[in-house]
Amino acid sequence: MGGQDKLAQFEQAVLPHLDAAYNLARWLTRQSDDAEDLAQEAYVRAFEAFDGFRGGDARAWILTIVRHTCYTWFKRNRSQELETSFDEEVHSSTSADSTPEAALLADADRETLMRALEELPVEFREALILRELEGLSYKEIAEVAGIPLGTVMSRLARARKLLERSLTGRISKEPER
Amino acid sequence: MNCRETQELLHAYFDGELDLVHSLEIERHMDECPNCMTAYQRQQSLRSAVRGSSLYFKAPATLESRLRDRLREVHAAETDRVQRLERTLSPRAIPSQAPARTDLGSSWNRWGLRWSLIGAAAGFGLAAIVISMLVLKPARPTPEQLLAQDVVANHIRSLMPNHLTDVASSDQHNVKPWFNGKLDFSPPVVDLAPEGFPLLGGRLDYLAGRPVAALVYGRRKHLINVFVWPSGESAHDSAGPPKITTIQGYNVLHWTRSGTTYWAVSDVNSKELGEFVRLLQAR
Repeated sequence: MGGQDKLAQFEQAVLPHLDAAYNLARWLTRQSDDAEDLAQEAYVRAFEAFDGFRGGDARAWILTIVRHTCYTWFKRNRSQELETSFDEEVHSSTSADSTPEAALLADADRETLMRALEELPVEFREALILRELEGLSYKEIAEVAGIPLGTVMSRLARARKLLERSLTGRISKEPER
Repeated sequence: MNCRETQELLHAYFDGELDLVHSLEIERHMDECPNCMTAYQRQQSLRSAVRGSSLYFKAPATLESRLRDRLREVHAAETDRVQRLERTLSPRAIPSQAPARTDLGSSWNRWGLRWSLIGAAAGFGLAAIVISMLVLKPARPTPEQLLAQDVVANHIRSLMPNHLTDVASSDQHNVKPWFNGKLDFSPPVVDLAPEGFPLLGGRLDYLAGRPVAALVYGRRKHLINVFVWPSGESAHDSAGPPKITTIQGYNVLHWTRSGTTYWAVSDVNSKELGEFVRLLQAR
């Protein structure tokens, strides 16, 4: 393989997924500056590892690297992000105690949704972003997040329940306009 | 299917990740159960709120141009490294090994020898990389490889809660009739409990664009899925012992016999899985 080819091939295969990479980094870090730096760092790492890429799903591949880069950065700069161990017992609930109206949820505005999503613990936030905004399959999410397939389903179920609850709380607290 | 089971599988259904048989059961249940239907509609509202609120952050245009520059730099540095390495490997770069005249000379000589060894080792490494790039270039998967991947995916999905069996029974005389009316063929069902592979049950599954029988066997704490369906008319019995492949750490065996296609998949080691298949074929 000629040297020039590597850059051209990389740009062709991986660069089209820059939006996906940035979006994930932006939702993980919740900061646009950090997200730009981390997306770029992830791309440089990906380029250096490109010889080991055997074809296949380039988007899932770069997202795996973005996620890894962000988590490494968390460990250095924001270890509390990874320590928010979510107390399953306290927070888990049966569907009985929160059954917001479907119409109420549909009316949530962008700001409310943003805040509710950003406050989810990072592992639930990333599962929702990958599923709802990136449209990944369970198999791809399992690959990107490095978790078993069964965990993807339970994590999404929990994430949606948390988001519903948070939205219901926010919407009912908002003053009538 | 009852409410508890429906709630457990609702998200997989909602995400289009549930197999056909369970999806139909959920739909049937929701037709009759307003509570579960409401839960499903809530998920739909939540999704349309999330997807319809412009929450996707597109990369700023400046990021892409900055990134392209940075990649060119990294690439140039990499190319430079490779070229320097190649110069080291060219014959002129290897110092001649003239007899040492002085202490200083002999020390230079040792270094020369050492460099030439390092150069040779690097040369082998470089050659290995180049060869692996040529040989391992990703090839398009064959239909059989794609099917094998589906077999593994179905196996993994069957390990999710409540997915393993539709009819749980170690009695082949319960499992075989259960498939009646659910499939257009009657799968061969045998119990291999005496040989250490107890039959655990059966399940409907979907592979190669058709409903198939899935038979579930145990091996200590491991599970084996055997997928069975009639082959097309053109299929011949596979010659020799079935070939074993490994996908995502699972062993997969495939064979055709008496007009029937078989796929066995499990995380038990290849030797035991091979033995299991031999036993199955002997019946």
